[in-house]
Amino acid sequence: MSMPMFRPGDDPGSSFPDLLKRMGLAPEQQFGVDLAGEFSVPHATTCVALRYADGVVMAGDRRATSGNLISHRGMEKVVPADQHSGVAIAGAAGPAMEMIKLFQLQLEHYEKVEGASLSLEGKANQLGMMVRGNLPAAMQGMVVVPIFAGYDLLRDVGRLFDYDVTGGRYEEHDYVATGSGQLHAGTVIKIGWRPGLDRPAAVALACRSLWEAADADSATGGPDALRGIYPVVATVTTDGWERVADDELAGVFDTIVSEVRTR
Amino acid sequence: MNMPFYVAPEQVMKDRADYARKGIARGRAAVAVRFVDGIALVAENPSNTLRKISEIYDRIAFAGVGKYNEFDQLRVAGVRAADVKGYQYSRDDVDARSLANNYAQILGQIFTHEMKPLEVEILVAEVGQTADADQLFHILYDGTVLDERHYSVLGGDAEAIGGRLSESYVDAMGLADVLRAATRALAGTDRTLAADDLEVAVLARGNGRRCFRRLPDDVVATAMQG
Repeated sequence: MSMPMFRPGDDPGSSFPDLLKRMGLAPEQQFGVDLAGEFSVPHATTCVALRYADGVVMAGDRRATSGNLISHRGMEKVVPADQHSGVAIAGAAGPAMEMIKLFQLQLEHYEKVEGASLSLEGKANQLGMMVRGNLPAAMQGMVVVPIFAGYDLLRDVGRLFDYDVTGGRYEEHDYVATGSGQLHAGTVIKIGWRPGLDRPAAVALACRSLWEAADADSATGGPDALRGIYPVVATVTTDGWERVADDELAGVFDTIVSEVRTR
Repeated sequence: MNMPFYVAPEQVMKDRADYARKGIARGRAAVAVRFVDGIALVAENPSNTLRKISEIYDRIAFAGVGKYNEFDQLRVAGVRAADVKGYQYSRDDVDARSLANNYAQILGQIFTHEMKPLEVEILVAEVGQTADADQLFHILYDGTVLDERHYSVLGGDAEAIGGRLSESYVDAMGLADVLRAATRALAGTDRTLAADDLEVAVLARGNGRRCFRRLPDDVVATAMQG
């Protein structure tokens, strides 16, 4: 493979998607058929994010469904985008995973080419453009709706963004939920959320919201103690992205189970 | 129509090589030295913003001396080639050797076919999973690739710096030792270099996926005192 070199004035700069386009490697967005009608494509479901005292908590269940079937039990829909931000994705799993991969690469590519990270706002806008780029595929049923959350090092605060299929970017102040269990998970957080929650309370609230979503929505997976599969829960603070360990989550869900029993 | 005078190819190449060497000798040098955790890269660079050392990929770093705009263009091309290869295939398939070969092709092509050779010397360093797999590829202005084992010196005064470095180099040095050895080699006998005259980075095993890390001046200063 030869090295991509361009003339000054004709250079894709620090944009990785533009570079791929110039090299003829950009992923194809048009499928030509209404895929959702023709096949059943795996779909990823419920993800939430909320602010707490030190930053943000993100959480997502692990289930992917194709129609009425469970296609994956261990899918990770909440992933770090870079050191100080994360992205959670609901929607068609294939395009969603490709979008996450490209987004992570774009942030790292920018950082290496420019020698500095994008601002959190810049990252959020970048993801918005990628969601908008997916609009033709969304019209054919391949809808991807991410949540973006991170710690804004310039403002010293955790911030949350959600998107619609057209790439519309909305900043949320307290919490955000997406995917098929959005309504249930969102309601649980809406009731339980207080300003300045501490870390254990915020993690417990995120877990509780996924529990209730899994209870009412067949496409959302609950904690699977039998297989040892727990939702992905992570915090993003000034120290960066940190995934909450499964042991800790097991404890949190044990508490939820005992509370539900006494109802 | 006037015919150009005949100039022997030997003379053309010699003139170009002299021109490139002179350009490189005007700048300050850089060294890369293996130590116990990986590879330390130290450059004499009074600027805090125009970098000579940078990250290319998870385990690969780049260092360049000579004309800044020329080696920076090569650096960006390397980041692009690595990121595209990692996207197309896998992160494990990105390696320093193929990058070094690509750089050598570009430099060699420009050296023989263009009016002006690039006035740069570059280094592609890769930290291995184990110390045995560490690699240092030193590429000259004419596309010559040198595969170096323990350390690599880039720049005009390379011979003298290399001589001083060979006296103090031992296998599996600690970070503080390697920084002191590199700084002494760069400085020579009649100068001392402070932390803010240097640009220091390491490619260290156990730094996680991305092994490249810049060391801030205060960390370098503490290491050099200790």
